[in-house]
Amino acid sequence: MAEEFAVRMVNVTKTFGHVTANDKVYLELRKGEILSLLGENGSGKTTLMNMLSGIYFPDSGQIYINGREVTIASPHDAYELGIGMVHQHFKLVDVLTAAENIALGLPGGVMVDRKAIAAKVRQICDRYGFDVDPDKKIYDMSVSEKQTLEIVKTLYRGAEILILDEPTAVLTPQETEKLFAVMRNMRDDGKSIIIITHKLNEVLEISDRVTVLRKGEYIGDMDTAKADVRALTDMMVGRTVTLNIQRDEPASPQRRLEIRNLTVRDKDGVTRLDDINLDVYAGEILGVAGISGCGQKELLEAIAGLQPAVSGSSIKYRPTGPEGPAEELLGLGPRAVSDRGIRLAFVPEDRLGMGLVASMNIAGNMMLKEYRSGKSPLVERRRPYDMARDIVRELEVVTPSIETPVRQLSGGNVQKVLVGREIALHPTVLMSAYAVRGLDINTSYTIYRLLNEQKKAGVAVIYVGEDLDVLLQLCDRIAVLCGGRLNDIVDGRTATKEQVGYLMTNFRREAGA
Amino acid sequence: MTNHEPLIHIARRDGLVWWRAWCIRLAAAVLALLVSALFIYSITKLNPVKVYAAMWEGAFGSPRRAWVTARDASILLCIGVGLAPAFMMRFWNVGAEGQMLMGGCATAAVLIYGGGALSTFQLLLVSTVASVAAGALWGVIPALFKARWNTNETLFTLMMNYIAIQITCFLVALWENPKGSNSVGVINQQTQAGWLPALFGKQYLLNVVIVLVLTVAMYLYLKYTKHGYEISVVGESENTARYAGISVKRVIVRTMALSGAVCGLSGFIAVAGASHTISTSTAGGRGFTAIIVAWMAKFNTFVMVLIALLLVFLEKGAVQIASQFHLNDYASDVVTGIILFFLLGSEFFIQYTVRFRSHGRNNEEVQA
Amino acid sequence: MTQLISLLTNAIVFGTVILYGALGEIITEKSGNLNLGVPGIMYLGGIAGLAAAFFYEMHAAAPIGWVGLVISFLAAVAASMLGGLIYAFLTITLRANQNVTGLTLTIFGAGLANLFGGSLNALAGGVGQISVAVTSRAYRAYSHTLSGLGQVGQLLFSFGFMAYLAIILAVLASWFLNRSRVGLNLRAVGEDPATADAAGVNVIRYKYLATCVGAGISGLGGLYYAMDYIKGTWSTDGTIEALGWLAVALVIFATWRPARAIWSAYLFGVLYWAYNYISGLSRASIELFKMLPYIVTIIVLVAVSLRRSKESQPPKSLGLSYFREER
Repeated sequence: MAEEFAVRMVNVTKTFGHVTANDKVYLELRKGEILSLLGENGSGKTTLMNMLSGIYFPDSGQIYINGREVTIASPHDAYELGIGMVHQHFKLVDVLTAAENIALGLPGGVMVDRKAIAAKVRQICDRYGFDVDPDKKIYDMSVSEKQTLEIVKTLYRGAEILILDEPTAVLTPQETEKLFAVMRNMRDDGKSIIIITHKLNEVLEISDRVTVLRKGEYIGDMDTAKADVRALTDMMVGRTVTLNIQRDEPASPQRRLEIRNLTVRDKDGVTRLDDINLDVYAGEILGVAGISGCGQKELLEAIAGLQPAVSGSSIKYRPTGPEGPAEELLGLGPRAVSDRGIRLAFVPEDRLGMGLVASMNIAGNMMLKEYRSGKSPLVERRRPYDMARDIVRELEVVTPSIETPVRQLSGGNVQKVLVGREIALHPTVLMSAYAVRGLDINTSYTIYRLLNEQKKAGVAVIYVGEDLDVLLQLCDRIAVLCGGRLNDIVDGRTATKEQVGYLMTNFRREAGA
Repeated sequence: MTNHEPLIHIARRDGLVWWRAWCIRLAAAVLALLVSALFIYSITKLNPVKVYAAMWEGAFGSPRRAWVTARDASILLCIGVGLAPAFMMRFWNVGAEGQMLMGGCATAAVLIYGGGALSTFQLLLVSTVASVAAGALWGVIPALFKARWNTNETLFTLMMNYIAIQITCFLVALWENPKGSNSVGVINQQTQAGWLPALFGKQYLLNVVIVLVLTVAMYLYLKYTKHGYEISVVGESENTARYAGISVKRVIVRTMALSGAVCGLSGFIAVAGASHTISTSTAGGRGFTAIIVAWMAKFNTFVMVLIALLLVFLEKGAVQIASQFHLNDYASDVVTGIILFFLLGSEFFIQYTVRFRSHGRNNEEVQA
Repeated sequence: MTQLISLLTNAIVFGTVILYGALGEIITEKSGNLNLGVPGIMYLGGIAGLAAAFFYEMHAAAPIGWVGLVISFLAAVAASMLGGLIYAFLTITLRANQNVTGLTLTIFGAGLANLFGGSLNALAGGVGQISVAVTSRAYRAYSHTLSGLGQVGQLLFSFGFMAYLAIILAVLASWFLNRSRVGLNLRAVGEDPATADAAGVNVIRYKYLATCVGAGISGLGGLYYAMDYIKGTWSTDGTIEALGWLAVALVIFATWRPARAIWSAYLFGVLYWAYNYISGLSRASIELFKMLPYIVTIIVLVAVSLRRSKESQPPKSLGLSYFREER
């Protein structure tokens, strides 16, 4: 009897340091089917697939390809087994042509036989309905062309099992349709395909079966025909977990930031934020939910003055409430903002690469935003050391000394230093991006406590998060972003996890459906 | 499942206690001296210990020799001090040779054209300003292009060296004295106008004092001033600098002006305080050697004192061996090269640990 | 006309020295290694070739030109590759800084070469300057049968074989980088080592090989200078170093393309020698003329960064060590 499964992963576990990315995960891919691997950010989907494609090596567990137990130690091994993965970040060399990228690293004659490559590429394209120009340089290609090329590359290398990591994240709806069409063609040709996604509508549209992961654990799988949005959402987000995060009623919230028509384009001209209108109140915690890369980073950086916006956008800062004077923040830049005495605190996602100077000690990092103060050409010596000592003591930062470079601290302690410094600014607005990512439970609760204290002190707090349980139990209101647009603002006390999860993945059409 | 971990595992260290790092460097230096000894033995068949004794003799054998060693070390140190801020900013200024020559040319010009008109004090003042300005100009030009268009600064500053060298050749031909000698000769030989004066009767003491003051000043500048703080933030991460509201472009241009200015000043010291003439050998490759001095010292100007002394000692020592054993002076470059190779290689063992597979993966992941 | 021919002849001889240096450096830089040791490597190539020929001529009863040629050629390539190996070991395996390592190699190479170049004769018990007349003549032998073609023939056929070898090597290198499979992998290593690694290219091996082979080619520039340009003698005047830096400049000027390096090298030669053919220049202004190659190189460097054309950029990972990070 022919083997039914192209891939079986059994009890696969992978840990990184203290973090268990995959805990005894189970996955089956039948031959000639499209399987959706569904889960929230950080649920371990990509880690699991990276073990199949030879990037990571599992700590324990078994992998069977076509019924045979195998060891996959490198991408090369994966190719030998007919497994090809298209990563979210394309692995293409910019200055080479499509054909050259395909030929890269392959064995063969002395010359690169462009004609033969082009012929084989054309054959693959014709078979599945791709469109690739072998002589086009990568830097001239659109994102969707690059993705197509990556898929063709894996097929060229003889892949029978294809893994696509969130392929639609970078595509327009039309391009997505095209991709789905070729995926169906490939399936009908006998290829087995895994598509990593967190978009429910796509799961329902493209896949035959769906496997759900949550927080690194296998939750279950089902035939797509039997699934609906409700059932999948429940599996994906799980039952509500009570976290016992303290949440007080906001005391006399006042409008502090007015964000109007905020549109941001990146340097390639791609729209990252699309016409956002949002008010931020002093004395409340505003949560921002969304699939990663939906504009959260751009929103915070625009407020912080690090991200230029399209003209017509506006962010008004009102220190004394809606009737008081207003100051336009856009176009100022961080230095002018602080020179005007506006104290914006920002805990960015990239803690060591943006929020802190990794090789400097704790005291040195204390000065980062205030080193300019005072007329003296010298930096102050005493204050940062006092600050560093205070933060180390109050937040219980574990460090050999305040002279230790922050790079050497553990993730939780790095975050305490960063948050501690930003709070010590006595801010009026405090923004944080993924403030508890990678932190242990105790440190996470310390961060929640600090944010709550700031809220009580009348600071406007913005909390960009990924864990819906935390968002729902910490925040007063939650703004849900979807593809760079503001989908809805819900009340943190009454909204349900399913509701937010749905808003994250399904944009309400302009019609207001 | 079989474990496919590679046999050798290389991991970045979390910082090493300073004295252990210096032990590694010392071991590398000793090893390098052994290799150099072998090399010397293989071509001269002489007892290497005697050779090293002769080297010591060459560098410090007489007060005069010791002063010349101090003079040359201080010029090398001065260039290294000039490079420190640029390197701390991760700006690859390999143009010190040119910046120094421009400073030297400016000094020579002031001494030649102002020799009859101005007092020595005035000459020194004007030539200091001129050399600083010329060096700064040579540093700022590549910095502007780097800041504005991200033009590769390593290659740009490298090319600027040769433009400066040709300008020097041009001026040498212009100022040739006497005619046909293809050299400028000693400037103001009779009047000694514009020469750095002797201090307490020691001819080169003032050179050394100036450079030591600069060394201390640069150390303080980098460590305690707002500018120094900005430089280290920009060098670490431009993203963090933007986050902190630092204008990266302005810091790049300002820092390169400073770096070029100090390198220009080293040209002033070399001309007004040492050779009293100008030629391409006023710099003579020291601008390149100083890059190594600055890099090895990890921007710490006090450590540069040690390294500059070591290199000049080797140079003087090798000149001594060469003349004793009828070789030429280039032996010093060979020994210098060997020592530097070893010291560069030793940094790897300070930055990384090498573990073998038998140690297992568990204890390493606990640290992650 | 005679003047022009003579200028072009001089320019080609001059250009050949730096063409070798630049070709080797292009191969090296295509792997992502910026080797500022080119002058040192050219020194090593020059002195090794000269020393090998010297010992051969000293010990052979009746030295034969082509034997000396083969011996010195092999010695030059071997010594330069050894220099490249030192650089490769320090920067690739020990991850030392490329700029500093390269500069050290230049100091070391120049020192070693001038030490032996200046005292080889003395060490061997002789007096005066080193000279390898027989071997040098073999290097400079040219095809007399073809030089009867008038002035054009003189221009085309009056060089030693190494001038033609340089052109052949440049064409080969161009073909290698643009057409061959190994060349493709090499370019990928210099652009994006992580991607090349993921595609199954052995990044470390490619970097080592490119650096050593590149050094071997650069070293030929030194050999050509010693054997042909200054006719089998040695001079400690630092000319090789200046030419070595011009070779680095040439790499930029040719925007990392071997075929473009051919005419660029000769253009540098013309710029360098032009002063000889312009009447009425003072000795001082001659020196100003000599800075032309460097100025045009800066202009090209700036233009490249201004235009941001993807095609003429330095290899993207140039100057960076590759370290496959494990998570």
